[in-house]
Amino acid sequence: MNSISLELAHALPEAILAVGGVFLVLLGAWRGRDDDGPMSEFAVAVLGAALVAVVLGRHRAGGVVFSDAFIDDSFGDFMKALSLTGSIVVLLMSGDFFRRAGVNRFEFPILVVLATLGMLMLISANGLIALYLGLELMSLSLYVVAAISRDDARASEAGLKYFVLGALSSGMLLYGASLLYGFAGTVSFSGIAAAIGDKPNLGVIFGLAFLFVGLAFKMSVVPFHMWTPDVYEGAPTPVTTFFASAPKMAAVAVTVRVILTAFPGAASQWQQIIVFLALASMALGAFAAIAQTNIKRLMAYSSIGHMGFALVGLAAGTEAGARGVALYMAIYLVMTLGAFAAILSMRVDGKPVEQIADLSGLARTKPAMAFFFAMLMFSLAGVPPLAGFFAKFYVFMAAVEAKLYWLAVIGILTSAVSAFYYLRIVKVMYFDEPAPAFDRPDRTQCAVLALSALAMLLFWVFPAPLVNAAAAAAHSLF
Amino acid sequence: MVIGLEHYLIVAAILFTLGVAGIILNRKNVIVIMMSIELILLAVNLNLVAFSAKLHDLTGQVFALFILTVAAAEAAIGLAILVTYFRNRGTIAVEDINMMKG
Repeated sequence: MNSISLELAHALPEAILAVGGVFLVLLGAWRGRDDDGPMSEFAVAVLGAALVAVVLGRHRAGGVVFSDAFIDDSFGDFMKALSLTGSIVVLLMSGDFFRRAGVNRFEFPILVVLATLGMLMLISANGLIALYLGLELMSLSLYVVAAISRDDARASEAGLKYFVLGALSSGMLLYGASLLYGFAGTVSFSGIAAAIGDKPNLGVIFGLAFLFVGLAFKMSVVPFHMWTPDVYEGAPTPVTTFFASAPKMAAVAVTVRVILTAFPGAASQWQQIIVFLALASMALGAFAAIAQTNIKRLMAYSSIGHMGFALVGLAAGTEAGARGVALYMAIYLVMTLGAFAAILSMRVDGKPVEQIADLSGLARTKPAMAFFFAMLMFSLAGVPPLAGFFAKFYVFMAAVEAKLYWLAVIGILTSAVSAFYYLRIVKVMYFDEPAPAFDRPDRTQCAVLALSALAMLLFWVFPAPLVNAAAAAAHSLF
Repeated sequence: MVIGLEHYLIVAAILFTLGVAGIILNRKNVIVIMMSIELILLAVNLNLVAFSAKLHDLTGQVFALFILTVAAAEAAIGLAILVTYFRNRGTIAVEDINMMKG
């Protein structure tokens, strides 16, 4: 009994989310109404409690519990804090949008809580079974969330596409997991590492490749990115915000953990795959976004490119690389939440608009919003001294230290290309003739936009807390 | 002839390939895609159970049970999304899923 409660203490944030999620489902059924009412606030409270549990528990000695299936370490705490922050901010920003669109269903906060529980399980997974169950809990919730505005033909098409491709990728991941289990004889990551030794056999390499297909799909990196632009465009904007933020943290976290703890002996094999994924994503993210006219589609290609940059750090496979990835994800989370706060407040005469042309002349109609949005665009482009520059700097430095010179060079070149379309948005906002002015935005969205833009500057002045946290997180993986 | 591990693996690989091909080549309707997904998951289960028997280790069978459970949930959610799609569009033909291009 005592040992069970000791083990549960390591999974306290997950336990809070699981109990809270069940409570929210019961509450929703008991209320017997379709609107969200206080459900969003309850869900934020549950997620907030889990975040507090993660932050307060960060100094506790980590450990591997539940028969090697679940690991509690600083890397997990760092990424869990990011995921929870993303979910909380999304819930805070989405209420206003959904109420005005008339689709404020109570299922949305519940699904966000359940998806976040899946992400936390995924981040802490220490074996193939735990990885699969966490991934599916996250994905199944996300499929439903993508199709949540069920009277909208585009949203249900987005949900259907996401479901079919997602199920295919989980199938591939499972096939890889079954091969790994068969050839390594165990499902735990450390057991797989021990069984592989220095010489992975052909079965293990096949399993590794199939496993990466599934993980690459969840991170939406090329060539498994096909769903991203369609789902980003078709889903309601708060859902897009959610897709772009929290699940990405979990997917990258689990990829880093799998690679560094299960396959240190197969470095030359996974490095080829990761380098290819990173190169293809950076290139596609830079070139395909240029032709976009819809800002949500543009953000989809932008997120593909950013995942590519994050993988550059992972390709290095060193502690500095892991630190770069953790730091990149933290900064990317803030940038993307801020950018979507601006996109959520793009609304003319009560109707949401999402073309880049709708931003024309924003500097004259809404100067503050244009300024903060422009700052985020500069940061996404990686212009110094904003945080987006330092994020890229850390991953490229890690790649250079690992002697992946040409990867870093191509990364910097594609980063320069992608600056073109970010700066085009700034140009549209500042130098074009004004389009119809936007409605008065919601207070939360303004606050998120302003705070995230200021955070980009703040990181330049006080980088130490975040860098130290990321360094501690990366250290726990080695 | 003795039926060994490799025979099970070959059957599972064939089933898996059929499933993937069913998703990629299918131009008719989405129900066939759902069936292909089930085929993939069952191929994986066959793999896991075969390995489990070979290794004298129960973990693979536990994994297979988890996959069966999740597959049921996945099918339920997929059909629910398909129903909302059909209500909006009045069709479930694969070539009609093209409102957004990219």
